[in-house]
Amino acid sequence: MTTTAPAPSTPDPGPATSGSDRATATASSSTTARLRRFASDNGALLGLLVLCLALFIATPHFLTGPNLLNVGIQAAAIAVLAFGQTFVIVTAGIDLSVGSVAALSSMICCWMFVNTPLPGGIALVLGLAAGLLTGVVSGAAVAYGKLPAFIATLAMLSVARGLTLVISDGRPIDTPGAVSFLGGSLGPIPVPILVLIVAGVVCAFILNRTVMGRSMYAVGGNEEAARLAGLPVKRVLVTVYGLSGLYAALAGMLLAGRLNSANPQAASGYELDAIAAVVIGGASLAGGSGRASGTLVGALILAVIRNGLNILNVSSFWQQVVIGLVIAAAVGIDVLRHRRGS
Amino acid sequence: MHTPLRSLAACAAALCLTLSLSACGRGETSSDDDSGEKTYNVTLALSTLNNPFFVDVRDGAQDEADAQGVTLDVIDAQNDATTQSNGIQTAVVAQADGIIINPVDSDAAAAAIQPALDASLPVVAVDRAVNGATVDSYIASDNVAGGSQAADALAAAIGETGSIIVLEGQAGASANRDRIEGFTEGIAAYPNITVVAQQTANFDRTEGLDVTTNLLQAHPDVVGIFAANDEMALGAIQALGARAGAEVKVVGFDGSEDGLAAVEAGTLTATIAQQPKELGATSVRVMVQILKGETVEATQSVAVETVTSENVADFLS
Repeated sequence: MTTTAPAPSTPDPGPATSGSDRATATASSSTTARLRRFASDNGALLGLLVLCLALFIATPHFLTGPNLLNVGIQAAAIAVLAFGQTFVIVTAGIDLSVGSVAALSSMICCWMFVNTPLPGGIALVLGLAAGLLTGVVSGAAVAYGKLPAFIATLAMLSVARGLTLVISDGRPIDTPGAVSFLGGSLGPIPVPILVLIVAGVVCAFILNRTVMGRSMYAVGGNEEAARLAGLPVKRVLVTVYGLSGLYAALAGMLLAGRLNSANPQAASGYELDAIAAVVIGGASLAGGSGRASGTLVGALILAVIRNGLNILNVSSFWQQVVIGLVIAAAVGIDVLRHRRGS
Repeated sequence: MHTPLRSLAACAAALCLTLSLSACGRGETSSDDDSGEKTYNVTLALSTLNNPFFVDVRDGAQDEADAQGVTLDVIDAQNDATTQSNGIQTAVVAQADGIIINPVDSDAAAAAIQPALDASLPVVAVDRAVNGATVDSYIASDNVAGGSQAADALAAAIGETGSIIVLEGQAGASANRDRIEGFTEGIAAYPNITVVAQQTANFDRTEGLDVTTNLLQAHPDVVGIFAANDEMALGAIQALGARAGAEVKVVGFDGSEDGLAAVEAGTLTATIAQQPKELGATSVRVMVQILKGETVEATQSVAVETVTSENVADFLS
């Protein structure tokens, strides 16, 4: 598949802000320019801070330790889904199946724990493996089957949700202790937040520090150029969807752990939140850009909005309107900023 | 496990019938065999099977159908009104003798059952009403009365005084409207109880957990929570942790399997038990009565009951 085609000096289509890039900028510019550059690179983070400030002014209940931990816990599942989604979006793909895969993996895990003599830990690992497998199947359909990512993962969305219902017969199943642990807390620190941090660090490490991660940016920037440069494009694609499936499975375990039960309708519609989080975080759906830190901020923005609207007791009808407007504003500002920047 | 096989078989059967019909035209088929013991084919069009409640409706209907010797085809609309409409159309073409509909959307259901009405088939609505068309019978739990029973149960549990939170279901759903209406009327009778927050958690357990956690930040002193279904109530209980059932009383609605277990465990103070299996069974029973030419009442209420730790044993099967 990957015959080594001689690639005459293909330009590196990496992300706009690579390390060396930033280093030269630091050396040659003043503090204000550095601040401006930071703001330009972290628009979503500024948005998050503004949002927090607004909520801090509006209600005394927002900026408290316990509430911020709540926001972290509530952001965890979406953030983990979104980290997986980041790999896919970096390669200019999209994974619509993550919500269903999350539900399927947690259901497989809990079903095996209840119906077989397997210990909870093994069931947990098998559930995660199931998520990885569904991702690899989607990835193979995209890479080798030449299906558009939208269609391949839409199909998986339906198949995975259907299988979840078949396995559960439409009813919730209790979780093994290993899964419930993921929803609990370790001393004063909630486990979902620990999982969120570990998942984010692993995501950032893969994207920035591994050959596979750099290849993802190359494939997303220009797939043909990446192929000509001798990169194993198909293997990269299967890997990103596999990772997305694995992260989705982990998110499913978090959700099930928090409720002490795997629900057949869990995480339905979460794929859209995950995609929104990645895009709010500054990634482009056209591929080639996106960072784990941005994705984390995107997920936090969504969680903060929901938390704040609840605390302010905003009517449920208006909540949906507000969430939609914030997503549009966040991405709109990002687009404007980039246009001015270039 | 048998469900997908059966629905596959049903699909195949429907396809064969459609094909044979289009082949021979709509002639007289074997609708009367004069033996008196005719087997009726009844189609149950459910809004979704992605919810334990409707799985119970199906199970109740299936048991009753088996008992009455009725062939029951179950179609699942997956909460999509168009899918439901298509399914009913197919069932009419496949010569069902009657349609039991559990509408995805009460307003869209009139159009969905039109093919059945055109073919003069009897139609029974279950759990949710059909707006804008006349059905032969409507079988439902009394949600308004249930809401007010929930208010009484919660008021009794918290000593008729204190701040409470209300978790609503899907905005616009009729069951939600009725339950909240009943609850609001019921709770108004207790002047010392204040509803400090009323938010939606979309009938979903995860959202029930998140929304309750958030609301508790703003209102740490609440003593009671009413949730318009058990799923949200169970999420609220998760949010309350050890306080559930002790400092904060939670009342749900539905009497689902998990809800009843929580009542038994003491974390859920009360739930208003609908009887989904009874809803399903009644709908089939009424349909058979109609098919046999008996007159039936236009609306039939299936009782809802307040389940507390005292009588929960009667509901656990």
